[in-house]
Amino acid sequence: MKLKFTRREFVISAAKVMAVGLLAPTGALAVTKLASAADSSAQNSILQQWAGKEWNFVVDTAKCIGCASCVKACKKENNLPLDQEVYRTWVERYLVDTNEEVRIDSPRGGLDFQQKVLQVNKQFFVPKLCNQCKHAPCIQVCPVGATYRTGDGVVLVDRERCVGCSYCIQACPYSARFLHPVLKVADKCNWCYPRISKGLLPACVQVCPTGARKFGNIKDPASEIVALKKKSRLRVVKQDMGTGPTVFYIDLDEVVK
Amino acid sequence: MSGYVFPNDLEVHWRLFIVLYPYITGIVAGAFIVSSLYHVFGKSELKPLARLSLLTSLAFLFCASFPLLSHLGQPLRALNIMMTPHLTSAMAGFGFIYTFFLILCLLETWFLFREDIVKFADSSKGSVKLFYSILTLGAKDVSPEALDKDHRIVKVLATIGIPAAFFLTGYVGFIFGSIKANVWNSTPLMPIIFILSATVSGVALLIVLYRVVNWIRRVKIDMPCLMSLNSYLWIFLLTATILEVLEVLQMGYEGRAEWPMIYGLITQHISLSYLVIQMGIGVLVPLILLPLGRSKRFSMRIKQTLTTLSGALVLIGVLAMRFNVVIGGQLISKSMAGYISYDWTLFRHEGIIPDMVLLLLPLLILAVLVRVLPPWFGELKGPKKQADDVSPLK
Repeated sequence: MKLKFTRREFVISAAKVMAVGLLAPTGALAVTKLASAADSSAQNSILQQWAGKEWNFVVDTAKCIGCASCVKACKKENNLPLDQEVYRTWVERYLVDTNEEVRIDSPRGGLDFQQKVLQVNKQFFVPKLCNQCKHAPCIQVCPVGATYRTGDGVVLVDRERCVGCSYCIQACPYSARFLHPVLKVADKCNWCYPRISKGLLPACVQVCPTGARKFGNIKDPASEIVALKKKSRLRVVKQDMGTGPTVFYIDLDEVVK
Repeated sequence: MSGYVFPNDLEVHWRLFIVLYPYITGIVAGAFIVSSLYHVFGKSELKPLARLSLLTSLAFLFCASFPLLSHLGQPLRALNIMMTPHLTSAMAGFGFIYTFFLILCLLETWFLFREDIVKFADSSKGSVKLFYSILTLGAKDVSPEALDKDHRIVKVLATIGIPAAFFLTGYVGFIFGSIKANVWNSTPLMPIIFILSATVSGVALLIVLYRVVNWIRRVKIDMPCLMSLNSYLWIFLLTATILEVLEVLQMGYEGRAEWPMIYGLITQHISLSYLVIQMGIGVLVPLILLPLGRSKRFSMRIKQTLTTLSGALVLIGVLAMRFNVVIGGQLISKSMAGYISYDWTLFRHEGIIPDMVLLLLPLLILAVLVRVLPPWFGELKGPKKQADDVSPLK
């Protein structure tokens, strides 16, 4: 049997197929638009909440004593299992010995530091956390847009949307991300976003006994963080990565990774 | 684990399944290129493999997304990657590129086998007839003009398929090579190396398949075809390796801050899989054996054995290369001060056994495909038997 199909018939049926193909997504767009209209009031309130705010974090490394209260508080606040090797924040110890050799450790994120007897030139602690980068590679690489930066400068993960592909974990130069051991989605420090949205401090800042961790709104001239940023010499970690971190370190030694 | 590893780096996140992902897509592209060498560039010596290579590409293509899906933390959300793609992500395009290539491969296969499908539908009975009749999609015209049209369409599809295959595998290379946080993988050469090693793996697999299939079917190997594959494998393997070696040499010569870590990685942490398996067994030995396999001094049997052995070694070497890229890159902690150790598992998720099963799956699919659509060109014809008159499913 030979198929007879004139050019005219072909054009007409192709046009029909295309019309259906175009109508379906257009219809879906219209439905989404209706839904988004319903959400617009909620959106407005979020925009209001972000207005006039840009959060920054400053770490004064000289003040950190390595007590790791922050690590414990963070795990508790964010319901992360204490016995699993996943950390939204951790504390590193640097020992530079008399031969200029650097030894670094962070046993269980700093919860298990042991006294070390070494001939050292210098020793210091460096708290680490997500840098909430302005040009975050984790946001760039997420294939479904599950991670995004809020208007007040915090990178969040949408747990309902994340597919758990771990690409963001690969892309973060700071290893601030991990796969949540229970939820099987990407997880990381969000500067305790639920707390700061209510006007509270992040848990780690709240519990730090020496004030090594400072947090605040750089758009508020009266904020302590603005003064601190003005008077201190600041550095970020891995500046050459071009990620634009918003966690700044005072007195950061060049050996810090 | 050695040195200082960031606390969140203790686990290797992309494991053996992700090693299979570039391996399988590479074979897809490589096998497709072999089929296009015949259909587009008219390399008539490859005719015995022109159809088998396309089926091989298709069989592996069916499985290319399996390792990815089973790796996801939330596999049920996998389709979000295509429904709500985040366009800045290098990963977001995979679904589309994959689907495009799948459609292209299916179309080419259909046009290539249409004549046979119609013949099978005509000569068989009952459910087999129904099956082949459905496969014809109603297009039962096998007049010389219609077949000529089929051939021209196959040529067009095979031509589009070449850049598509290069793009598919180069793109997979880009997914890995664009991770700036990974000092071992982050190189603009990665997509090019992937394209070349994909071609290498496709040719190598077809050499091995050709030998195995002909052994099973008790058919003589067509020497010009095998020798042609031998030459292609040698030249592609050589080019891929030169690029890979030059890349590492340049890293060492420049000696940037990350070089000591990379040096430690390749000389200590992946020395077995990189220096011994990838470069030694997978490159050096085949580079010597392949020219010997073409030498006129040896008998046909030795030539066949040397070429097939080289193909098998190259396949192992390319798998090791994928391992060294995917797992090797993750073994350097982002602290740049220590190495993570990979814990091998046998049965658990992403263990060696599930990995082997996933690797055998495309071969099983190929076995079924070959039964449904025999890709042989009338070798069974002749005075004894008229192969085309019998339905292959009987």
